[in-house]
Amino acid sequence: MAAVDDIVVPASARGRRLGTAFWCAVVWIVAVVGAALLAPWLGLPSPTDMDMLATRAGPSAGHWLGTDGFGRDVASRLVFGARTSLTVGLIAPLIGLVIGGAAGMLAGYFRGRFDTCVVGGVDVLLAFPPLVLALAVTAYLGQSLINMTLILGILGIPAFTRVARATTLVFAQREFVTAARALGATHTRILLHELLPNVMLPLAAFLLVAIAVTIVVEGSLSFLGLGVPPPSPSWGSMIGEGRESLETAAWLAFTPAAVMFATVLAFNLVGDILRAMTDPHRALH
Amino acid sequence: MIRFVGQRLLYLLPVLFGVALLTFMIASLLPGDLAYVLLGDQATPEALAAVRRDLGLDQPILLRFANWLGQVAQGDLGRSFRTGQSVMASIVERLPVSIELMLLAQIGAMTFAIPTAIFCAVHQGGRLDRLATSAAFGSLSVPTFLSAILLIWLFAVQLEWLPATGYVPLTEGVLDNLRGFVLPALTLSIVEWPVLMRVLRSDMIATLRENYIAMARAKGLTPARILLVHALKPSSLTLVTVAGINIGRLLGGALIVEQIFALPGLGRHLVASIFARDLIMLQGAVLFVAVGFVLVNLAVDLIYAVLDPRIRRGRG
Repeated sequence: MAAVDDIVVPASARGRRLGTAFWCAVVWIVAVVGAALLAPWLGLPSPTDMDMLATRAGPSAGHWLGTDGFGRDVASRLVFGARTSLTVGLIAPLIGLVIGGAAGMLAGYFRGRFDTCVVGGVDVLLAFPPLVLALAVTAYLGQSLINMTLILGILGIPAFTRVARATTLVFAQREFVTAARALGATHTRILLHELLPNVMLPLAAFLLVAIAVTIVVEGSLSFLGLGVPPPSPSWGSMIGEGRESLETAAWLAFTPAAVMFATVLAFNLVGDILRAMTDPHRALH
Repeated sequence: MIRFVGQRLLYLLPVLFGVALLTFMIASLLPGDLAYVLLGDQATPEALAAVRRDLGLDQPILLRFANWLGQVAQGDLGRSFRTGQSVMASIVERLPVSIELMLLAQIGAMTFAIPTAIFCAVHQGGRLDRLATSAAFGSLSVPTFLSAILLIWLFAVQLEWLPATGYVPLTEGVLDNLRGFVLPALTLSIVEWPVLMRVLRSDMIATLRENYIAMARAKGLTPARILLVHALKPSSLTLVTVAGINIGRLLGGALIVEQIFALPGLGRHLVASIFARDLIMLQGAVLFVAVGFVLVNLAVDLIYAVLDPRIRRGRG
């Protein structure tokens, strides 16, 4: 995994200056999250109302970004679709962060048999391609927002476990931990007061990358028609529906695609810059 | 070396067991009764009970797991309820398509990644290096289904150079077969190359700082010879590992691409069995993909240990 925490960000952006790209990404994320939160109050047409007389229409005063194959307002579906993508994209990684982070810290701190079991469990979960496992479980449990969030949350656990364990291993050998132990601190105290603040930074940076990955997986599931059930909008299903009319109305696929790409890129960018800054291996040198 | 191989094999068993257990649990413990799925809403309770008895669903779960594990260990993944086809046979039938796609995708990704990485490592920090690393970072944020649609729109709809779908078996013409694979393989390459490029670039930068490279320069060897003969090989260990892991991942991970381009591979088979609620087929395919991934990873680990002796002695 040494390769991942590397290089993309030019060295100049890593130091004190975060760079224009970083702030552009932050602004975009805030805009998307804000639009998703305020969706019902933005005065947009309903995302599910069909107007069969105006299907695949171009932009107009009533429909800023035109209408889709069912005559539904594209702009409104984009904004309400952001709710789906962001609900899954933000909550699922938090599940992974809490469970995976705790398991990884305990494994990295106590080592021994517990560590072996955790690493084994992580290897088992990682053996399944995430999309395959998500699809299989969705097939049994049925499609809903809650199911999808839970599944993607569980799938995120191994990655967080790895990050937390690796970081804990590094910090558990540092002087301040030895000192705390010599002063008679309990395991709980060392874990919560000495290690957690240090492990939290890399985990938080990784959380942003995990959000990007989750948005992509949610999009893939929805694209295949196995995501949130219709007619609820989702970026993935919009792209999937737009694909049907690629010859006549390519923008129906490209508009949600562009929004999704920008969002994924923004989370990746912010996450990567923060990760480069909080890498414990760098901090040691 | 033997000890290393032994350790890895010993670790393999519990992981494989865990993989089998998880696959079985997904299929057996989650809600959704197989007999009900088979017979539908109108089934009488007697008919349901009869089917459960036939399938052994009335037996204790542990016994069922043991029986299933015994069958799986002999390579028997059961039979589809929908088609009556052997699960193993239908997987093996589709495997060559997925393998061909995976190999072509890797070749494509390497073709982009290796020259770019070498160039960037040599001109580290320069304008083109920053452009290429930014492009690589951008590509990482493109989901496969986005690049697939973009490529279809560009090459199939606008330029009409290549077919968007349409698989031609290898036996009916190599060229026609390859034409059908260009866009799907390219789609995957776009996702794969940044990873390979980043890995090779950073390893190459480290290698170029080594003393023996300075020595080679001092001897007056040509830059091309230094790069390709002296620097590339020791720098490509991580590249080989990552490429190997990707191969394992792509066995089942090419699912979206196979679906979009209608390639009759393993991924498409998985999606089809989900939509058909062919649960035994799904269970078998998921297990096959996961076990395949574990075994490919083992192979990569072992090859890596052969190539780099430090691994064997170091972290076990």
